[in-house]
Amino acid sequence: MTLYREGYRSVQGIVGPLLMVSGVREAGFGEKVLIETPDGKRTGQVLQVDGDLCAIQVFEGTMGLYSGGTTVWLERDIVRVPVGLSLLGRVLDGRGRPADGKPLGFVEKTLPVNGLPLNPVARTSPNSFVETGISTIDLMNTLVRGQKLPIFSGAGLPANRLAAQIVRQSRVPGKETSFIVVFAAIGITAREAREFLDDFEKTGALNNGVFFINLASDSAVERLLTPRLALSVAEYFAFEKGYDVLVVMTDMLHYCEALREVSAAREEVPGRRGFPGYMYSDLASLYERAGCVHGCAGSVTQIPIITMPDDDMTHPVVDLSGYITEGQIVLDRNLHDRGIYPPVNVLPSLSRLMNKGIGKGRTVAEHRSMADQLYAAYARSRELERLKLIVGEEGLSALEHRYIRFGMAFEKSFVNQGETRRSLDQSLETSWGTLAELPSSELYRLPRELVESRMGKDGTVKP
Amino acid sequence: MANMGRVVGISGPVVRAAVAFPVRMFEIVRAGKEALLGEVIRIRGNTVDIQVYEETSGMRVGEPVEFSGELLSVELGPGLLGSVLDGIGRPLARLREEGLYISRGANVRTLDESRKWHFSPVKEPGDWVRPGEGIGSVPEGTRIRHRVMLAPDSLPGRVDWIAPEGEVSLHDLLCRLEDGREIRLSHRWEVRRGRPFSHRLPFNRPLLTGQRILDTLFPMALGGAAVIPGGFGTGKTVTQQSLAKWCNADIIVYIGCGERGNEMTEVLEEFPSLMDPYYNVPLMERMVLIANTSNMPVAAREASIYLGMTIAEYYRDMGYAVAIMADSTSRWAEALREIGGRLEEMPGEEGYPAYLGTRLAQYYERAGRVRTLGDPETEGSISVINAVSPPGGDFSEPVTQSSLRLSGTFWALDKSLAQQRHFPAINWQNSYTLYDESLSGFFAQELGEDWKALRFFLSEKLSKEKALLELVQLVGRDGLSEQDKWTLMLSELFRVVFLQQNAFDSVDAFCSLKKMKGLLETLRSLDTLVSERLAQGVLFEQLAEVPFRTGLFRLRGIPDPEFSSSAMKWLAEIQKTLRSIEVVVR
Repeated sequence: MTLYREGYRSVQGIVGPLLMVSGVREAGFGEKVLIETPDGKRTGQVLQVDGDLCAIQVFEGTMGLYSGGTTVWLERDIVRVPVGLSLLGRVLDGRGRPADGKPLGFVEKTLPVNGLPLNPVARTSPNSFVETGISTIDLMNTLVRGQKLPIFSGAGLPANRLAAQIVRQSRVPGKETSFIVVFAAIGITAREAREFLDDFEKTGALNNGVFFINLASDSAVERLLTPRLALSVAEYFAFEKGYDVLVVMTDMLHYCEALREVSAAREEVPGRRGFPGYMYSDLASLYERAGCVHGCAGSVTQIPIITMPDDDMTHPVVDLSGYITEGQIVLDRNLHDRGIYPPVNVLPSLSRLMNKGIGKGRTVAEHRSMADQLYAAYARSRELERLKLIVGEEGLSALEHRYIRFGMAFEKSFVNQGETRRSLDQSLETSWGTLAELPSSELYRLPRELVESRMGKDGTVKP
Repeated sequence: MANMGRVVGISGPVVRAAVAFPVRMFEIVRAGKEALLGEVIRIRGNTVDIQVYEETSGMRVGEPVEFSGELLSVELGPGLLGSVLDGIGRPLARLREEGLYISRGANVRTLDESRKWHFSPVKEPGDWVRPGEGIGSVPEGTRIRHRVMLAPDSLPGRVDWIAPEGEVSLHDLLCRLEDGREIRLSHRWEVRRGRPFSHRLPFNRPLLTGQRILDTLFPMALGGAAVIPGGFGTGKTVTQQSLAKWCNADIIVYIGCGERGNEMTEVLEEFPSLMDPYYNVPLMERMVLIANTSNMPVAAREASIYLGMTIAEYYRDMGYAVAIMADSTSRWAEALREIGGRLEEMPGEEGYPAYLGTRLAQYYERAGRVRTLGDPETEGSISVINAVSPPGGDFSEPVTQSSLRLSGTFWALDKSLAQQRHFPAINWQNSYTLYDESLSGFFAQELGEDWKALRFFLSEKLSKEKALLELVQLVGRDGLSEQDKWTLMLSELFRVVFLQQNAFDSVDAFCSLKKMKGLLETLRSLDTLVSERLAQGVLFEQLAEVPFRTGLFRLRGIPDPEFSSSAMKWLAEIQKTLRSIEVVVR
């Protein structure tokens, strides 16, 4: 408890979301401040110190802020988030204050929002299979406990619906308890937020999660705080209380735009598309807060959602995220337009940790070869579709026609599963059904004995 | 008494301090109450800018800054092998004792003082010792003899006293020279300064990787430099880890520079259980890992590659072939960019500082195959294999281009190959090697003159395929001759069976030169057999039922000793099948 407070009334200027204060003695970097104005209080954080001049980012935004009559109080502490088991089932705003009308319950302690880097030696490799109930993920881009697997989406594609479905359906086979959900809404619209919360309420996820909501209408600077609060809370539940935590962050594009806004106000040298040069490190400080550690039952699994502007996978936000996360699930406009849900395009999708969580003793022995077989065959069918446009139907051989039929069956029945939950076995059965379109001699990625055991008289496998 | 300054400004990892005394460029400081390690990167009048290797949040204006007068250095001695260091040389296993997270201001010695080593002297009192020369050695692991040397930047001297054979630890005195200088197990070296050597040697020995596409088409020389650029998901890390596992270097320095924490964990969990294919000892015994993951402080990322290079040079000076791998150079360049941005420097291309190329050259040019300083008979080498992560997979960006200028081998990873799950996704059309000429002697000696012809056969078929595929786009497949249809199929077999390699399969992950040659010979014989039949009038469609692919896949999975007999047997079977196909008279 501090016995005295230091306040400064020497506001030098207000630039975008930043407040400049001079004459500050011994300002701390990253320090939390309270800003008292004639019409209320705001909070902020010291972003830069240069001699006695401080740049403070104001979480509520600077709209209506007075340059005179404003007092800036230094709190002599960094920004922290209160944590406790009582947070379960609560809806909070983007700054961690209750947004559901109830008072904040018992708080066990407060944690710094920035966290600290996990020692790589303390980590254990994520290796337990998570059954999301979605065929394209479970069978071909397997999610494992402690992974960070983003969804790359385009404007208007059902990324949120897919995320809600994953939250609803995910289980670690053999574990009694399901995931605790920590949800960070970053600059999404009120409508999207409502849809999420309604969905969570309907399925009961609401009682088993913590929800941070920063709406598009809320301050942009607050968006820099929201995912950090969520991750500190997630780490508390995972590494101190031993829960498996699933963190959904939507939409990281809005986060990066807020980062750009603050960077521009500080007149920093811009990098690609105006985003600051340190965006990679900044994103890494969020994404790397996922994983499993030695001697702890809990884990943090992340599913960030990133909208690709104009479906461009080389956009800096998408690109840098792809370099940090362990794979990606890519949604495809073409599939969506044809009414296929979930519109996951498996070819650019990838799960880097898949091999750790599958195979004999974890899922089924042929998991990897089945995924490889489906990839190879589907890639071939897409290639032939393109060739067909040039040489016409007649230019293709009988075998090539069968590949094209396989591609259609794959999209129609394997990818297009709708809202139903498929167990891994059901996904496997569906995949055999689509492979029946091909002669069994083409199934060279699968173990020979397995293909033969399922082979009918006509030389194809039985669905 | 060290000089003290005080903090006047903080912006992320850059701290500005006011001083009243002269300071050195790149001098080491301890900043703030928590004594965070940092380095002076700019001096302007009475203020200096410092890059701090640890998270600065909570640091205040007015806190003290202690200037050491020394440059960033690392302690070199036995015990580096098998250890995991952070970007400034602190062992992560020891930091782990303090908790799950990396706490700040921790001051931990690189080497373990409690370990005992068995010292055997080679010098006697009265002997001269040259700089860099060994006075004795200790075994490090089962294979490596660690030379205890006089630091290479010191003057020669005569041994006055030397310790007898026996158990020693880091603080024991091992040797005293007549001028009073003392030699112990370890010495310090400034990381940004290259260690001297006698002279450079030509690039005429290969760094064998056990990867078919690399060793046949784009071989790399010991002491050379290779660049692996690729967008995300193209398998940079898997390729680098395969190289770390299977290349024929004695020592591997693996720098996880701004990459994922889980990848380092993977290496740590997997490598101790893997065996070195050349010497049958655990792979971990030849590894030094430097882990500065993406969420660890950005300035330490900048320092980490120099730290790795210094350790590599140290083992080179003992006469070992060292391979240093950094994953990835782009993250290192971004660290430079971030620091440069905080200093408000005028940016060059894409916001990178104008000195990007110079700094990269300072790193790459420390590679090479050399005669060491201490002993004219010893040769050592450092081969650099750097991954680059170009934004958007666009190779025209500055980090890829600057790296290309400095390296001799370019292994281009290709997104479309990766999407077809063709791994390693190395594009055989864009990649190149400049060591072809200088290595040809070695390959001719090792594999016979036929090797050149076999390589040519492979590359010729692959370029023919490219031309044919373009033709198919225009005229359709029916326009091709029977022989061309077969060429297309043969090159597909090349791609699937030869160029693709499964890093996760216990036999296929490593392929010996002999087996590569065997596979190529098999494919060439196959081509002769089939072409012969096609010339006799067999139609391409009639070949559809011949199990080329499954047979070759099986051959690929056969261990070395049985390979050539199995290949012969298979070819004989194929020949029989081909003979049984009847020529249809039209």
